[in-house]
Amino acid sequence: MPLLEIKNLHVEIDGKEILKGLDLTVNAGEVHAIMGPNGSGKSTLAYVLAGKADYTPTAGEVRFDGKNIFDMAPDERAAAGLFLAFQYPLEIPGVATMTFLRTALNAQRKKRGQAELSTPEFLKKVREVSGKLDIEQEMLRRAVNVGFSGGEKKRNEILQMTLLEPRLAVLDETDSGLDIDALRIVSEGVNRLRSKERAFVVITHYQRLLDYIVPDVVHVLSKGRVVKTGGKDLALELEARGYAEYQEEVPA
Amino acid sequence: MNAEVAIIKTAAETALAQAFSQARGRLPGDGAIAARRAAAFDVFAKTGLPHRRIEDWKYTDLRALMREAKPLAAPPDAAAKARAKTAGALLGDVETRRLVFVDGAFVAELSDVAALEPGLSVGSLAEALSNGDPTLTAHLGKLAPASDAAVALNTALMGDGAVIRIAARSTIERPIHLLFVASAKPAATFVRSLVVVEEGARAMLIESHEGPAGSDYQVNAALEIFVGDEAHVDHVKIIGEGSDALHVSTLAAAIGARARFNAFTFTAGGAVVRNQLFLKFDGEDTVAGIRGATLIKGRQHADTTLVADHAARGCQSREMFKTVLDGEAHGVFQGRIIVRPHAQKTDAKMMTRALLLSERAEADNKPELEIFADDVQCGHGATAGALDDDLKFYLMARGIPQPEAEALLIRAFVGEAIDGIEHAGLREALMDAVAAWLEAR
Repeated sequence: MPLLEIKNLHVEIDGKEILKGLDLTVNAGEVHAIMGPNGSGKSTLAYVLAGKADYTPTAGEVRFDGKNIFDMAPDERAAAGLFLAFQYPLEIPGVATMTFLRTALNAQRKKRGQAELSTPEFLKKVREVSGKLDIEQEMLRRAVNVGFSGGEKKRNEILQMTLLEPRLAVLDETDSGLDIDALRIVSEGVNRLRSKERAFVVITHYQRLLDYIVPDVVHVLSKGRVVKTGGKDLALELEARGYAEYQEEVPA
Repeated sequence: MNAEVAIIKTAAETALAQAFSQARGRLPGDGAIAARRAAAFDVFAKTGLPHRRIEDWKYTDLRALMREAKPLAAPPDAAAKARAKTAGALLGDVETRRLVFVDGAFVAELSDVAALEPGLSVGSLAEALSNGDPTLTAHLGKLAPASDAAVALNTALMGDGAVIRIAARSTIERPIHLLFVASAKPAATFVRSLVVVEEGARAMLIESHEGPAGSDYQVNAALEIFVGDEAHVDHVKIIGEGSDALHVSTLAAAIGARARFNAFTFTAGGAVVRNQLFLKFDGEDTVAGIRGATLIKGRQHADTTLVADHAARGCQSREMFKTVLDGEAHGVFQGRIIVRPHAQKTDAKMMTRALLLSERAEADNKPELEIFADDVQCGHGATAGALDDDLKFYLMARGIPQPEAEALLIRAFVGEAIDGIEHAGLREALMDAVAAWLEAR
């Protein structure tokens, strides 16, 4: 059984159809890249998987681990192992980063019937992970993402992903706004988590990220549908030739 | 008397007049005090209970909200005193010196009046009135606005309260806690307290009000604080009245030069609450933080009305009030900053925010700036709105269920105001009270 199976997915926002019959199958252990021009529906796919309100599926189905995700609230999807690294991580004034991380981790564990982590266990885990991602302890003492640079916010997303150990991580333009050093740190963070049980959907506009996170499969998304699927070489091809031909292929 | 009766109209107003005429002979104080009481009652009798056409009470129509006036509370019996022993739980393990008032009367055996720190003197108002205490006669009524109906009633009917004096340059480490408890009887109490903090002294004062759910008792409390030059005073008021109570309280303070003054009000209890603050900056270069957090639900009504009067140059004041409203609750904030002509270099910023958790809740915000000086920095801001859906989604996308996600955001919202309290233990106790309120939502 695939970990993620999307069939003929149609999604509307404010009555406007953005996804128009999208198909995608991701198996455990695989890394899929989704590339495409602006406005092709990449972020819509990310949000609809995570369960954002106002992203209304009108047809088709999405199964995560065999279960219909449209029956699950966003927090239930997260506890089932679905993670979205946001393109624009939100700032939450007044909520301490450590409180946020701990509440999230323990809420997921509780829902899965696991014991909550003790304070020393939790602190040890955060320290290990944050060290590898070059995240200062001082950053963790601040409110969630408040006063973080763009790169720090993205590293904070990877920190959350690493702590929460999802089965499927969707990275929505995690490379945007990153300099080359931050890109390397973030990519290493992702690569450390690659395993036979875990899958990634890496959404990006540029091929550059895929030099660091090498995908098994590359899809081209245009006007709300997957219009081409290939191996990692497809990304290089796109980099060289652009998206123009794919935008022509599907009539609006 | 006939003239009064002719003007007084509602049942509550008539009952108040009767209560005053019956009680005036036995209320504490000499002839001069009795004359003050009579004059104050006249002020009240002329206007009656404030109603919506009185601008300062526009959103809290006491004439409509106070259908009847309860009889004056009798002195507490042994059972009432015994129940009061468990009061003050909200403060958790914050170490305080407690002065306990049951149904408005000071109860020495429940209070901690032994081994007072050097420079601290405490006593009961009833006693001070009876003894003609000179500190009291010199200060009482100097700060609370005599024309305000609630203050006038309080002055006419004040029975007991605390009289506290902190001598110049003494530091009182342990917070002084005025704990007002109502017993089960639906009665009215009028408590009046006076605190004089002399120059360079430092103290923290906690004032809490609580009582049983289901009893429609009435509380009118007033506190006047004199803050001397270079003194440092923190005042925290906790309005945790029972679900059916009517609570009107007034804080009036005059703050000297180069002082620090912080006032915080936490409101979660009571059916109808009016919390008034009249603060006057009398000396230059003082720094003040005036904050509050209100959490109300059901059909609760809570009004915070603030007047910050900058009458001296170079003072800084920060006002921040947060209100969380659920159900059909009605929150009111009226804040007026006055800057007098000679109060140059005043720096005053007022922010008030309401968080509406229900579409039926209502928040009224009325910020006002009256500036008569030309070299000042003053501003105000007001917002009212629901929880941010995007923030909620972000938290839920990390596995946090909706109620917990909302609780985190609400705690953060009121936390910004509570963070202004300097006492760490008290901050924690109040955040615990917020958590308890959220649990019960």
